[in-house]
Amino acid sequence: MFGYALRRLILAIPLLIGITFVSFLVIHLAPGEPVENQSGESSTQSDAKLRERLREIYGLDKPLHVQYWNWVTRLARLDFGRSFSPDARPVLQKIGERLPITLLLNIVELMIIVMLAIPIGVLSATRQYSTFDKITTVFVFVGFATPDFWLALMLMILFGVQLGWLPISGLRSPTWEYLAFWKQQWDFVAHLALPILVATFGGLAGFSRYMRQSMLEVVRQDYIQSARAKGLPESVVIGKHALRNALLPIVTVLGLSLPGLIGGSVIVESIFAIPGMGQLMVQAVFERDYPVIMGNLVIVATLTLVANLIADLTYSLVDPRIRVAARRGRR
Amino acid sequence: MWPRAGAAGERVRGFWRAFRRNRLALIGGVVVVVLVVLALLAHWIAPWDPNRPDVRKILDAPSKSHPLGTDQLGRDVLSRMLYGARVSLAVGFVSVGIATLIGIVLGSLAGYHGGTIDATVMRLVDLMLVFPRLFLLLAVLAFLRPSIWTIMAVIGLTGWMSVARLVRAEFLSLKEREFVIWSQSIGASAYRTIWRHILPNAIGPVLVAMTLGIPAAILTESGLSFLGLGVQPPHATWGNILNEGKDAIEIGWWLSAYPGLAILITVLSYNLLGEGIRDALDPRLRQSVGRIVSRSR
Repeated sequence: MFGYALRRLILAIPLLIGITFVSFLVIHLAPGEPVENQSGESSTQSDAKLRERLREIYGLDKPLHVQYWNWVTRLARLDFGRSFSPDARPVLQKIGERLPITLLLNIVELMIIVMLAIPIGVLSATRQYSTFDKITTVFVFVGFATPDFWLALMLMILFGVQLGWLPISGLRSPTWEYLAFWKQQWDFVAHLALPILVATFGGLAGFSRYMRQSMLEVVRQDYIQSARAKGLPESVVIGKHALRNALLPIVTVLGLSLPGLIGGSVIVESIFAIPGMGQLMVQAVFERDYPVIMGNLVIVATLTLVANLIADLTYSLVDPRIRVAARRGRR
Repeated sequence: MWPRAGAAGERVRGFWRAFRRNRLALIGGVVVVVLVVLALLAHWIAPWDPNRPDVRKILDAPSKSHPLGTDQLGRDVLSRMLYGARVSLAVGFVSVGIATLIGIVLGSLAGYHGGTIDATVMRLVDLMLVFPRLFLLLAVLAFLRPSIWTIMAVIGLTGWMSVARLVRAEFLSLKEREFVIWSQSIGASAYRTIWRHILPNAIGPVLVAMTLGIPAAILTESGLSFLGLGVQPPHATWGNILNEGKDAIEIGWWLSAYPGLAILITVLSYNLLGEGIRDALDPRLRQSVGRIVSRSR
């Protein structure tokens, strides 16, 4: 197990370097360096200052490899530079205060998706072509096709405007301070209800489909037949023998779908005015706040890498075959 | 040399027989064709000029003269949506074309040559998949001026990974087959073997990936336009009509309801069509393609 974990960790290092490399490329991808871009719009004094700052940060007059090396060594010291916005705060600090809410939302969404998708998938697989299976299939197709921003708007119109049941923006009501403790918690949950509903909708469709597919494959296996043949009750055959094996591929899919889920934060946070990383990213793009954009990109990709690593290790924990294969030197 | 024309014709006929039986896929295909025709004819069938404001008709509810209502500037929503369909479909086709081209080239190189090339390409795929797509797109767009062309390019450049994986997997299994080995043994170049012998046999899954890639690209484009970072006004797109609708949810529900519905129907139709093509080509593809394609979402 330890050897396997170490191997995965070592494999992650080139990816980490790759992340910095791609992000660095993005800065230079633009036709005309960011400096030109900035000064091209208007030539006021503040622009000249901005140009000076960009040059200072990225050392744009130096050769490329020197630029990259300087940038990476600063990243290694967790120095992401300062924001271009008037407050000029360190990028890391700005991202740091927005990270928790984005993480909280994504973890809650993931838990809801897993808790609902597994039973839905198992039920529609064991009752293939039943009414339940057909309804979930329709849900899956519609879920795949629904744009999350549109769903968000429709829910806002329905629950926020027409019915007035739920708040539609921010994390807290303006009167939050004056509420009793439990009312405060309730207020927070009410603010998160719609964003979480929107973010889980598409993912739920995908995962219940995978779960169904995985389960359908497993129940055709010989060992399931043997389990039935030796007289085990159906609940044990499905709930234990089949489910455990059907869950394995799901762990991988879970890891692979994380970038999509995290990317969804951009839309959901922008619509519901949630002060997370996604909203910060959109704001930064509008303000052309390059240090914040680059910091966001590097940190989000690194987080995804870490999450994938965790999914990989979990997979090896639940599936002994992986560990054995790793020990034998096969990958 | 050539795959016999008769055999190819037989394959197409067999495909059509299987495809025709799938009623949902047929409906999806018909809707897709209708949408393309509507988009092409937008200029002639749009009841109003999509960009002509009318101060007397600001945010009018759907009526006989404006079936889907008007927006904040009094422009006809139906006409804007018809023109928006052009943008959505064009972005879908072109960006998927770009992604498919990159995916085919990298995937066939990796699958055919194996070894270091394969390892390098696959690490590159892993690397691209570590970036949440929207974050990467936003970062790139921050440096470029948003136009329909940059949008097509960046969506294509960030969407080739699933095709590359798919083509590589096909190549890995096809390159062991006799006809490939024969081609190599009579001294055909790698280029010719890949282009003439392996690729035509791998085209089915690629076609499916393309059909399923278009709706994904349409969703991405409309998401970017919705954020205000995609195709810029006054060009109407479904995404930026929704962006305007966002500011009017308390009075003008039609401004956000209909464009979103159009996206949903379009994406749903493409997905049904894609799944239908996949099943008709080969039921065994059902898992592999579906899995690889959906992973990249």
